[in-house]
Amino acid sequence: MELINRLLGRQTPPGSKDVARERLRLVLVQDRSSIAPSLWGALKEDLLAVIRRYLEVDEDAVEVELEREGEAMALVANIPVRRIRRASGQDTE
Amino acid sequence: MGEVIVITSGKGGVGKTTTSANVGAALAAQGRSVVLVDADIGLRNLDVVMGLENRIVYDLVDVVEGYARVRQALIRDKRFENLCLLPAAQTKDKTAVNPDQMRGLCRELREEFDFVLVDSPAGIEQGFRNAIAGAEQALVVATPEVSSVRDADRIIGLLEAERMPAPRLIVNRMRPAMVRRGDMMDIGDIIDILAIELIGVVPEDEAIVVSTNRGEPAALLPTSRAGAAYREIARRLLGETLPIAGSAAQEATLFGRLRRLLGAR
Repeated sequence: MELINRLLGRQTPPGSKDVARERLRLVLVQDRSSIAPSLWGALKEDLLAVIRRYLEVDEDAVEVELEREGEAMALVANIPVRRIRRASGQDTE
Repeated sequence: MGEVIVITSGKGGVGKTTTSANVGAALAAQGRSVVLVDADIGLRNLDVVMGLENRIVYDLVDVVEGYARVRQALIRDKRFENLCLLPAAQTKDKTAVNPDQMRGLCRELREEFDFVLVDSPAGIEQGFRNAIAGAEQALVVATPEVSSVRDADRIIGLLEAERMPAPRLIVNRMRPAMVRRGDMMDIGDIIDILAIELIGVVPEDEAIVVSTNRGEPAALLPTSRAGAAYREIARRLLGETLPIAGSAAQEATLFGRLRRLLGAR
């Protein structure tokens, strides 16, 4: 039946391989991030290097992590701000 | 000085041992001297797949512990005199060997053979560490399933951490009919996810079961499709550039082209 449908070019329900591929993609984002802790340290440092030019933040309280939001992965950073610098790139202390 | 290649996968049951036996036999059929090293200590199996289980006197652990010389432990294949097996111990476990001993063993074997193929156990613990210790190249075997591809990704990460240069992928048990109806990931999907070089695609083939029953590698059967795929992998290891023919990806495209020709969707 399925073969006849296909030969006639009728739309058959999508196969399970797209589901497999999508699930794999998501799980590998999690796997790879959890087994590379050095990646997080380096990312945090680089982020802070940029943010420091504009904001004064509580660097000890910075949290950077991946969160799964339904079908997508998001990089979520929680960075408490102490004060905003008056002009970008300058220390106005 | 020969090449030391580890065959590994992370997940069990995806065909590491079958791949080792068949690629080894195919390389031997090409006239190269080959030694197969069964690094799955405690779960010896390469011997039965090769049909050499009745000839074992000494094993890998006897060699590294100094009870036997390598020469005494090697078993010569029935079909090719340039193909040998170094069997695993069956009564010990993986802690009976350490990575330094494996490095020494591989160094010794590569003096004598063109290819040293190390059949790795499943898992990522000491058995895997031992298997990769003496190797300079890796072939990662995966089937087109979520669990197998995920484990392959983990293994590739571990190999990279060990500074193993670019492991190459063998996709095993591909079922073109399932790929065509969209129920199995195709080669493109898997390569896209794992981002490593492909060295071969082995179709699911009943001849593998039959040849394993008999202890005769399918790579030596002219009629087996899996056997043909293993022969191609061997030729690629020898440096030939062959299109990955019979790959499900290609067949899928062919089918698609045919369908378009017929005016369907």
